[in-house]
Amino acid sequence: MNRAALFVLADGRFPAGGHAHSGGAEPAVAAGRITDAASLERFCRGRLHTAGLVAAGLAAAAADGHDPLALDAAADARTPAPALRTTARKLGRQMMRAARATWPSAALDDLAAARPHGAHQPVVLGLAARAAGLTPLDAAHAAAYEAVSGPATAVVRLLSLDPFDATAVLARLAPDQDRTAAAAVAATRRIPAEGLDALPAASAPLLDITAEQHAAWPVRLFAS
Amino acid sequence: MHRDHALDATFPHRHTYSAAAPTRPDGTRRALRIGLGGPVGTGKTATVAALCRALRDELSLAVVTNDIYTREDAEFLLREAVLPPDRIAAVETGACPHTAIRDDISANLEAVEDLEEHAGPLDLILVESGGDNLTATFSKGLVDAQIFVIDVSGGDDIPRKGGPGITTADLLVVNKTDLAPYVGVDLDTMARDAEAQRGPRPVLFTSLTSEGGVKPVADWTRERLTTWTTAPTT
Repeated sequence: MNRAALFVLADGRFPAGGHAHSGGAEPAVAAGRITDAASLERFCRGRLHTAGLVAAGLAAAAADGHDPLALDAAADARTPAPALRTTARKLGRQMMRAARATWPSAALDDLAAARPHGAHQPVVLGLAARAAGLTPLDAAHAAAYEAVSGPATAVVRLLSLDPFDATAVLARLAPDQDRTAAAAVAATRRIPAEGLDALPAASAPLLDITAEQHAAWPVRLFAS
Repeated sequence: MHRDHALDATFPHRHTYSAAAPTRPDGTRRALRIGLGGPVGTGKTATVAALCRALRDELSLAVVTNDIYTREDAEFLLREAVLPPDRIAAVETGACPHTAIRDDISANLEAVEDLEEHAGPLDLILVESGGDNLTATFSKGLVDAQIFVIDVSGGDDIPRKGGPGITTADLLVVNKTDLAPYVGVDLDTMARDAEAQRGPRPVLFTSLTSEGGVKPVADWTRERLTTWTTAPTT
């Protein structure tokens, strides 16, 4: 157990491709749903309790040692939008590269061999956390933080939003992130009795719809 | 020594995560990777297009673009039909090409590997950065050599100002020399300042709009490729 590794893994500068993605913030800005810090906070809270919770559950379960290929299938089942599946696997492949170089592990090598074009990113994130000696709760925290920090960073670029305001949004969401990570771990504990169906399956239909639309934009700043 | 051997047994392929190794997992030599960076509008994409036309009959090559907006440069290359579509890949950079070519190269490495897998074996991959600023440079984990492209219309004081791109690139290209008389630029001054900043590293002056304008850059690329293919792989 090495808590400092969590900072390495959750750092926005961890070279796993996240910087090119807005987590659905770009279409939300274009549609006028995010215009300022208050609307960014509402967007992030919604994403945290849906996509963020699902990601945190998958990451916690992977960090807990559950079968990553079964978790990858569970992630597919929880990701109905093809554009978001593509994005999750692309980011999973990039996370895999960075994680294998950072925390070499046979478990990461095995998943990379089984999914050469990428497993779902939260699964890889959880396995990376495990390789780094972190706990399922740490992995859930990393996934939850990523669910809100990505959009916040993107909106600073998209709206020229004051970066202090964007960071304050992330700080105000900290209690929600704690609750999300705790709920993810609680769900993971039910897996032995209930199987992977115990993992959260919250959905955000608007994020799904706008992700498909955004993927078809001819000109965009972010990949997703 | 002992420790390394233990790691090798546990993680036999760990050296392939990045560009540092000159070979593919199967032991054959991978393609030489050359990055092209420089400020907006200096002729990077035009240089890539001209290089493709000059070299495509003698080499197996592919291009990765890093756009500020999605696919703009890739689509220019497709329209110009300098290479078949399966040899051009566009990396989306989230408005920050310099991040994608230097700080977080994961998407670019994947694009390079996918090109080698689908269109390979390749001799040369050109990795183009979207127009950025004077500090933009490529990671050594991504490319083997880099070209920095500036032009005379940016002002003849650019070489004097320096910056990592100007001073450290393996080749500095000063493009649009045909415009020098119209923008009041003294090419001799630019050459002197560049030499002061770069020492022995080469500087080439080009006018891509003229017939054979890219030839000096193509010749430099051929030399790099010869060095690359004759170097030992172990």
